[in-house]
Amino acid sequence: MHIPERSRPYLFGALSGLLLTASVALAGQFFGTSTTFPRLSTFILTSLGIDLSSLAFAQVRDGALTGAAFPNWQLLFVIGIGLGAFISARASGTFHREHLPELWVSSFGSSQKTRLLYSLAGGSLAMIGARMAGGCPSGHGVSGVSQLGVSSLLAMAMFFIGGITTARFLYASPAAPVSGNNSSARSGRSDNTQGGLS
Amino acid sequence: MILVYGLVTGIFFGIFLQQAQALRFERQVGAMLLKDMTVVKFMLTTIVVASVGIHALQDAGIISFAPRALSLGSQILGGLLFGVGWAIIGYCPGTSIGAIGEGRFHVIWPILGMLLGGIIFALLYPFIQTHIQPLGSFGAISLPQLLGVNHWLVIAALAAGSFFLFRFFERRGL
Repeated sequence: MHIPERSRPYLFGALSGLLLTASVALAGQFFGTSTTFPRLSTFILTSLGIDLSSLAFAQVRDGALTGAAFPNWQLLFVIGIGLGAFISARASGTFHREHLPELWVSSFGSSQKTRLLYSLAGGSLAMIGARMAGGCPSGHGVSGVSQLGVSSLLAMAMFFIGGITTARFLYASPAAPVSGNNSSARSGRSDNTQGGLS
Repeated sequence: MILVYGLVTGIFFGIFLQQAQALRFERQVGAMLLKDMTVVKFMLTTIVVASVGIHALQDAGIISFAPRALSLGSQILGGLLFGVGWAIIGYCPGTSIGAIGEGRFHVIWPILGMLLGGIIFALLYPFIQTHIQPLGSFGAISLPQLLGVNHWLVIAALAAGSFFLFRFFERRGL
């Protein structure tokens, strides 16, 4: 497929918007993924024989927040995202095994253990935050903002405020050398998008 | 049947995310470093198209929906916590699953972290419901309701704002 790199996010973003519209019209379902994670965690623990039924969390709407809700639309949606990405990556020859992201390695080194420890902390924060806020970038971001919900616009703004602040602190900017902030970042990035990732 | 809809919708969404190159750590963190706006372009385009689509269907009486409940406590504190975690792991829940499909097997660690977070959330749930959710709780309210204007006016403003933002990104090579 010869789709210019620049138009990809717009083209596939627009298609995703049509897909969301079709999903709501045909199946009555908005996109969302984060609720599946606590459901899967509780499902795993229950399968291991750990009894969670005394938790208030497990009693909400007859276990709707736990693995008792499986199988449901969202679980299959989440599995589908993985399958679709695999099919697309294979078909377009862009599937490649990545052991650690380059940008991560440039800030934290190539130890899997470091990545694991940060991921446990970061993943926990991300999931606690998403469930507390009532959604993630798909549930609040895409679905909620499309509905023009004030809660979703606020959550989305907070996602980016938290993310931008933390990312500045964590990742040394690889493309921007010493001199003037704006102009160097600009030229560094355009080189990078042309050459680096295609 | 609903499960088949879920799977098929997910497969298409996974293809679109992969083709838009949104499943890469560098693209996600790049957006947070304000250096590579691929993910923002993808999300905003999806939002503009979907907001036109679902509001048109609602006006036609085919579907009905109400936005998620507004709680300043939940969305501000939860949103900030999510943002911090998002920057550390470089993925959100949906893109982490897609990234495995693309061969970025290191996302197994963030996924483990998010599963751990799922358990912690389950344990914290009563506390959050009693102490955080009630802070500034206003129920399901949309921006057009808050402003007292027609929803198409807000959608037009959103589309126009996105257009100028995209033009800015493209001129800056972001």
